[in-house]
Amino acid sequence: MSTPSIIKVENLKRTFIVGSEQVHALKGVSFDICQGEFVSIMGSSGSGKSTLLNILGCLDQPTAGEYLIDGISVRERTKNELSEIRNRKIGFVFQSYNLLPRTSALENVELPLVYNSDVSHKERHERAQHALELVGLKDRMGHMPNQLSGGQQQRVAIARALVNDPVIVLADEATGNLDTRTSYEIMSLFQSLHEQGKTIAFVTHESDIAVFTSRTIFLRDGHILRDEPVATKSATEALAALPVENDY
Amino acid sequence: MDILNLIRISAKALLRNKTRSALSMLGIVIGIAAVIAVVNLGEGLKQSTANQLSDMGTNLIMVMRANQRRGGVSMGSSNVQSLKVKDCELIAKNAKNITMVSPVVNSGGQLVNGSKNWSGTVYGGSPDYLEIKKYEIATGVNFTDEDVKKYAKVGVIGHTIVEELFDEGEDPIGKTIRVGNIPFKVIGTLKERGENSMGMDQDDLVVMPYSTVQKRMLGVDYIQQIVCSAASEDVAEAAVEEIENILRASHKIPDGGDDDFEVRTQQEMLEMMSSMTGMITTVLVAIALISLLVGCIGIMNIMYVTVTERTKEIGLRMSIGAKNSAILLQFLTESIILSLIGGVIGLLLGIGLSYIVALVMSLPFIINPLWMVISFVSCAVLGLISGFFPALKASQTDPINALRYE
Ligand SMILES: Nc1ncnc2c1ncn2[C@@H]1O[C@H](COP(=O)(O)OP(=O)(O)OP(=O)(O)O)[C@@H](O)[C@H]1O
Ligand SMILES: [Mg+2]
Repeated sequence: MSTPSIIKVENLKRTFIVGSEQVHALKGVSFDICQGEFVSIMGSSGSGKSTLLNILGCLDQPTAGEYLIDGISVRERTKNELSEIRNRKIGFVFQSYNLLPRTSALENVELPLVYNSDVSHKERHERAQHALELVGLKDRMGHMPNQLSGGQQQRVAIARALVNDPVIVLADEATGNLDTRTSYEIMSLFQSLHEQGKTIAFVTHESDIAVFTSRTIFLRDGHILRDEPVATKSATEALAALPVENDY
Repeated sequence: MDILNLIRISAKALLRNKTRSALSMLGIVIGIAAVIAVVNLGEGLKQSTANQLSDMGTNLIMVMRANQRRGGVSMGSSNVQSLKVKDCELIAKNAKNITMVSPVVNSGGQLVNGSKNWSGTVYGGSPDYLEIKKYEIATGVNFTDEDVKKYAKVGVIGHTIVEELFDEGEDPIGKTIRVGNIPFKVIGTLKERGENSMGMDQDDLVVMPYSTVQKRMLGVDYIQQIVCSAASEDVAEAAVEEIENILRASHKIPDGGDDDFEVRTQQEMLEMMSSMTGMITTVLVAIALISLLVGCIGIMNIMYVTVTERTKEIGLRMSIGAKNSAILLQFLTESIILSLIGGVIGLLLGIGLSYIVALVMSLPFIINPLWMVISFVSCAVLGLISGFFPALKASQTDPINALRYE
């Protein structure tokens, strides 16, 4: 493969201990994600998607197996080193947006850079503005989260995930709280980010969302069931094809 | 992460919850205000006692009659007749450190001028009495040694007496007024002094030759008190010793016997009074400190609630790369900012409060800078302590659970 792999996992295992029982959430998962890929991770509830994404996002450590992000092994890293990896290399998008309340969109987007002492106050500001422009919220920078719709809040969250120029954007059910139309809008945004070269891993359990990605990893019961390319549909077209019943 | 950044993050977090921040500050505000107010007022009280005592006279030394046990019977000091004019003369002659001496005999009496009357106090003294007690002649003259010899019926009157017994614009000098049924001539008036710090009118007095008061009014040969001026504050101690030796010899008190008099310097009285006000102040400061402690517990309490309530925020901050130490520092800084702002507000409030109370109680208004520094530093320390455990809890949050927290 000519493109460098951003994510490399080998025989990844994660076992939770609940009381005296062991819960094997991941039972040996191996795959690569290369630069510029738009991967969806699918599977039924409890199949281990979030567990996998948490490990990919360095929020959690595998019980066994190897994980390299951007060529760096994550094993036996201290908490502080993991924080730094999250800060510099990863962008998170959550199902429930997780914006700071009573804080402007711009300041919410600035937040990851606040924890990076290499970025000056001025640069932080400019990069946050740029990220908000990228998600189409140029004229909403001063708005508070409660003045924004769900879709707009998720766009702010996406801008926040992009602001540190991560090697990969990780999204867990990023459209889970949104209606179909808004979900498609968000997917269209992700597609355009993908076209601009961003690497994205997108957890979802809806197959009609996964079709907008270019590759799908199916999980079942902690194993990879299938890992296959997708005949990508354009979210913009899907949006246009939606019946207008909701618009009055 | 640099300190400015940290302060910015914390300040923003606090501003997001203005009401709560204000409420959690309240305890500190009240605590500090109480401490500062009490300390300042205590200081004012001390100063006012000092002023009052230095108002009483120039390097004043007072000799008072004392209770002496005679055959196991303790006599009330007002019945003691041990001090005589002769004692004054001996002190004047023999005590080198004493510059002025005056006997004191006083008598209450109804003062009458025509249809006006007023009940005042008559003090009998030597011509030095006025200077020892820091009174100054406004109009007319002081009485003289000659007047003392002749039991002259003359007197110098204070401003209050002038106002009570004479019409406005009327010159009291040369007028004859009565005290009881003894007429006397007003030969001088005193400069107005106003109230002393205890609120007593210092202008409500008549000063006459002691011999006149003794013979013509009271019919006694003893005196109630001796007031002296030491040459300077430094020799006050030596002067006291001289007086004691002179009086013990004059009263023929055997070695080891009880004195029938008591000598006090202004300084001693000052120390006595200030040790009393000091004790009261200490108790009040202790109470105020307890309220400050309660204020800190309030901050700790609210910080705990805040940490729980902001679990999701903490999880998010961690997920985007905040280190545990950054979270710890953020919450610590928040609590320090809270307590410092609370402290500053409390400081201002306390100063304002003590100013108003000083005004109302006509005490001198004094700011004790040491305590301002102490309370400011203790605010920071208390903020640190009361914020530490909540902050520690925050920094130990598991981001995965926190992000799922609803
Ligand atoms: N902290 C934990 N302690 C114990 N068991 C856990 C923990 N986290 C996850 N699990 C278990 O691991 C398995 C996988 O959970 P995970 O959250 O990854 O599923 P998921 O695929 O994200 O499901 P969903 O689609 O419902 O979000 C489940 O059986 C879950 O009970
Ligand atoms: Mg999940």
